[in-house]
Amino acid sequence: MATEKFETSLKKLEDVVRRLEGGALPLEDSLKAFEEGVKHASFCAKKLDEAERRVEVLLKRKDGSFNREPFEPEE
Amino acid sequence: MDIFAEKTILTVSRLTALLRGVLEENFEQVWVEGELSNLSLPSSGHLYFTLKDSGAQLRSVMFKGAAKNLKFRLTDGMALIARGRISVYDQRGEYQLICEYLEPAGVGALQMAFVQLKERLAKEGLFEEVHKRPMPQFPRRVGVITSATGAAIHDILNVLKRRFASLEILLYPVRVQGEGAAIEIARAVDDMNRLKLADVLIVGRGGGSLEDLWSFNEEVVARSIHRSHIPVISAVGHETDWTICDFVADLRAPTPSAAAELVIASSEELRARLESLTHRLRLAMERQLAGMQARLQAQRRSLHDPTALQGHLAQRLDDLTERLYLALGNNVMRRREQFERLQATLLNNNPVRQADNLQQRIRLLCAQAERLMMLRLEGLKQEFGSNAARLEVLSPLNTLSRGYAIATKKMDGQVVVDAAQLTAGNRLWIRFHRGSAECCVETVEAAKT
Repeated sequence: MATEKFETSLKKLEDVVRRLEGGALPLEDSLKAFEEGVKHASFCAKKLDEAERRVEVLLKRKDGSFNREPFEPEE
Repeated sequence: MDIFAEKTILTVSRLTALLRGVLEENFEQVWVEGELSNLSLPSSGHLYFTLKDSGAQLRSVMFKGAAKNLKFRLTDGMALIARGRISVYDQRGEYQLICEYLEPAGVGALQMAFVQLKERLAKEGLFEEVHKRPMPQFPRRVGVITSATGAAIHDILNVLKRRFASLEILLYPVRVQGEGAAIEIARAVDDMNRLKLADVLIVGRGGGSLEDLWSFNEEVVARSIHRSHIPVISAVGHETDWTICDFVADLRAPTPSAAAELVIASSEELRARLESLTHRLRLAMERQLAGMQARLQAQRRSLHDPTALQGHLAQRLDDLTERLYLALGNNVMRRREQFERLQATLLNNNPVRQADNLQQRIRLLCAQAERLMMLRLEGLKQEFGSNAARLEVLSPLNTLSRGYAIATKKMDGQVVVDAAQLTAGNRLWIRFHRGSAECCVETVEAAKT
């Protein structure tokens, strides 16, 4: 699930930021961490922007299965 | 009945008037107990409400004059005992109780049911915090369980549209009031879970009377929400309406609009958090780099320092060396000078040198003596000379006085001592003891040898 990936990525971003803010990393590791952080940040931003606004209604068929249809609310 | 033995056709108004007469006559003063609902408080000051129990409803009104005397506030669900008379509202063909007096009668039946269920479920632990599922940080698919035609879905979609929220909304249409509504709602919650159709569920409806909201107070709904793995936001009625659904849900929104705001808020909060993290990431990196640069510079400085120090040391060494040599040189020179002075003194005091000096002195004295002797001799010689000259001068003069004369040739001044010096015609100057005379030679008689 994309949501899982998003939240994992966000969590990793948080870890990276905390590690970097700790300031104890050697330069090489800092750069690696930063690169990783940027990767996660852009992934998360992409996921956030990806979400599309869609309104559907769930209709139950006679056989008990469900059907999704666009929903237009009555004014 | 007697009065309708023959076919009598009445107007609606007439019949209504007849019925009112019958009712007013027979129910002039009644006491009735029921639960208050649909309370309306218009600005006129009259109170309109319904008294009801499980089997029937009674339209009721309490006019301003009587309402003034009420000692407590009426709220829906309240069980009341009312005293009044029955009358008919002709225009609507409704009979109603015109209340003159009202008093509370314990708790209303629905209210009682609510309190009882709430207590029971609370005792079971359904409302406890440990069961509250956290709201998803990143809700993308929102399941809405409400009426497809109600105010709730309308309000939710309005909020989402206004806030430009990018969300997937899946409406599960259900009846939200009346018989069977509670079961539909419960089934919808179960279906959403079974089919994993949403990240978060909003269960609710718009405002209404306690009866209208009742489905959300039923145990089936409470149980289904408790079972749900998907976090549930309860959004029933208005802010002041509390239902069992609100207590058991993971989050209670005061209204459906508020529920939508909550869902968006978490996504917006997430966006803000991401932005903040990105910012912090950059900041931390910059700080890290700045820190390292500072450290590097510090290191570089301390790398510089030894050379500078070395330079200083070298300079100081040079300086000291120079001073050392200078001091040494001075010392040596001083000693040498001292030595030379002493040596000179020594040499000066050398006996050989002394002898030399004495010899020199002797030589000097000898020379001096010689010079003095010469001077003395010269003096004597001069003295002698002048005396002799004077003697010479004196002797001829003596001779002349005795009559001798001196002849000198006028031509060359030669003193004539021999006649041979003369030829006839030579002019002679003859000097006498006193005066002289010029003479001419007439004849020369040379002397015989």
